[in-house]
Amino acid sequence: MFRLLLIILVVALCAIWYVGRHAGWFGSVSFSPAVSLLVSIMLGLSIVWILILTIRGKFAERRVVFLYVGIAVAMPLFMSLTQKVAISSEAQMLYDYLQKVPPGSKVLVTFDYDPPSAAELQPMAESFLRYGFAHDFKMIIFGLWPQGPQQANLALTKILDEPDIRAKLPVYGVDYVNLGFQSGNEFVIQRLGSDFKSMFPADYQGTPYDSLPLVRNVRNYANVDYSFNLSAGYPGTKEWVLFAVDRYGLKMGAGNTAVQTTGMYPYVRSGQLLGILGGMNGAAEFEQLTGTLAKGTKFMLSQSFSHLVVVAFIVIGNVAYFMHERRKGKRSL
Amino acid sequence: MRREVPLIITAIVGVVMVVQYFIPHVPFSKVSNWQSDWFSIVAACAIWLGALNLFKTSLQKIFSRRGEWGYAVIIVVCFLIVAVVGFAEGRDFRNPGTWSDWIYNYVYSPLSSTMYAILAFFVASASYRAFRARNLDATLLLVAAFLVMVGRVPVGDVATGFLPEHWRLSDLATWIMNFPNTAGQRAIMIGVALGTVSASLRIILGIERSHLGGD
Repeated sequence: MFRLLLIILVVALCAIWYVGRHAGWFGSVSFSPAVSLLVSIMLGLSIVWILILTIRGKFAERRVVFLYVGIAVAMPLFMSLTQKVAISSEAQMLYDYLQKVPPGSKVLVTFDYDPPSAAELQPMAESFLRYGFAHDFKMIIFGLWPQGPQQANLALTKILDEPDIRAKLPVYGVDYVNLGFQSGNEFVIQRLGSDFKSMFPADYQGTPYDSLPLVRNVRNYANVDYSFNLSAGYPGTKEWVLFAVDRYGLKMGAGNTAVQTTGMYPYVRSGQLLGILGGMNGAAEFEQLTGTLAKGTKFMLSQSFSHLVVVAFIVIGNVAYFMHERRKGKRSL
Repeated sequence: MRREVPLIITAIVGVVMVVQYFIPHVPFSKVSNWQSDWFSIVAACAIWLGALNLFKTSLQKIFSRRGEWGYAVIIVVCFLIVAVVGFAEGRDFRNPGTWSDWIYNYVYSPLSSTMYAILAFFVASASYRAFRARNLDATLLLVAAFLVMVGRVPVGDVATGFLPEHWRLSDLATWIMNFPNTAGQRAIMIGVALGTVSASLRIILGIERSHLGGD
């Protein structure tokens, strides 16, 4: 019975969310800075109370942790607190190189991710496309993940609707093109080094490769000036570095999920990657650098709160552990 | 013959792929391109094979009422809905406003994102229950995790804004990522690369045959 009620509740919430999103109910819901601060202080005090209870020997259940993580992720979405994002050297490096890419350059933008990673990578994708259109890059888009080109279309639809970009009148096939998905993972990357057309004989909509003015003369990586890879795993940035950067000298920057970024640092330090954006923080950094604050910066508040809650519960867990050890020690004496 | 033929094919393909990397000229480059094209074709067929296999095993589960067969019903129903809608809409099935696009945006994306987002709850709960400073190694890991988790979000700098530059939490997190993390990652990469080279050589030379389903 409880499960059934829970399912009904979830379905009802989803329906409310769907209708509300289309009716624009949630756009205006926002706490003032004072209320946001008050909510944050109350949240902090309640965690201190849990710590006190733990010291007294009452340990918090798993469900309490779930509740706090849920609040820490959801509440900040309605808060109007601002925070300054520190720019990392890797993000600065990526931005500095991009500044050197001249207008009219042919830029590969590869979408190697699917919806689960969109929370981190979609803000990056949107920021990069915005920057690309604003600087008149000629963008060639495709994906080695089946859902990649669809994520690209979502980002394109959003960015092309912005007044500044719309005013530039970008034309499909001339200023940007979505070549779609190709199976074959690193073999596709390798094959593109000799012939783009063999891997993408037609674009996403079925238009023949040679009918697209933007790519008609793009034979291989030698005709590409820069590449930006958005990756959430395999195949992704690592394969691009191994098969396109090392072998064909492709100039490449990347945007990765936070969990994947740690593994890419050696490639950044060695100069194989010309900068990297790591997770949502990387998206926020890029937004700060390009001067257009968007989703990445907005969602960083949720990330800050959730990280703090996790760290707080790790501290509480360790307090509980040491209390337990102390009691065990006393009993054995 | 059933074992020898696959071994010979593996050896030829492996040797050509190695040689073409060092000698990217005709005939090796041509053979390599040809192999890459074939790999893409095989990979595309494998997607079909995987989908049909999932459909078949789910149907078998339903008919035999094995295990949690209710989930198999959901798989089959969803599979058929997506496939029928996709085929019915033809080449333009991914265009905005189509049913496929609606399914992608309002069913597939939210569901898969939710599955991934649940990870945050499990990570928090697991950290709370298992991340303990039991010994020196665990304490080092705990301190590094603390510094990176708080240092990689803006609130870290808000909390340590009074400290001089280069001593703030974001600087410490960057130092951990740039030095201990990079050193560790390099060690892992070199180890994995050496392991991959030796495993590949064993497969090309036919010493390792487990991929054929045998010893």
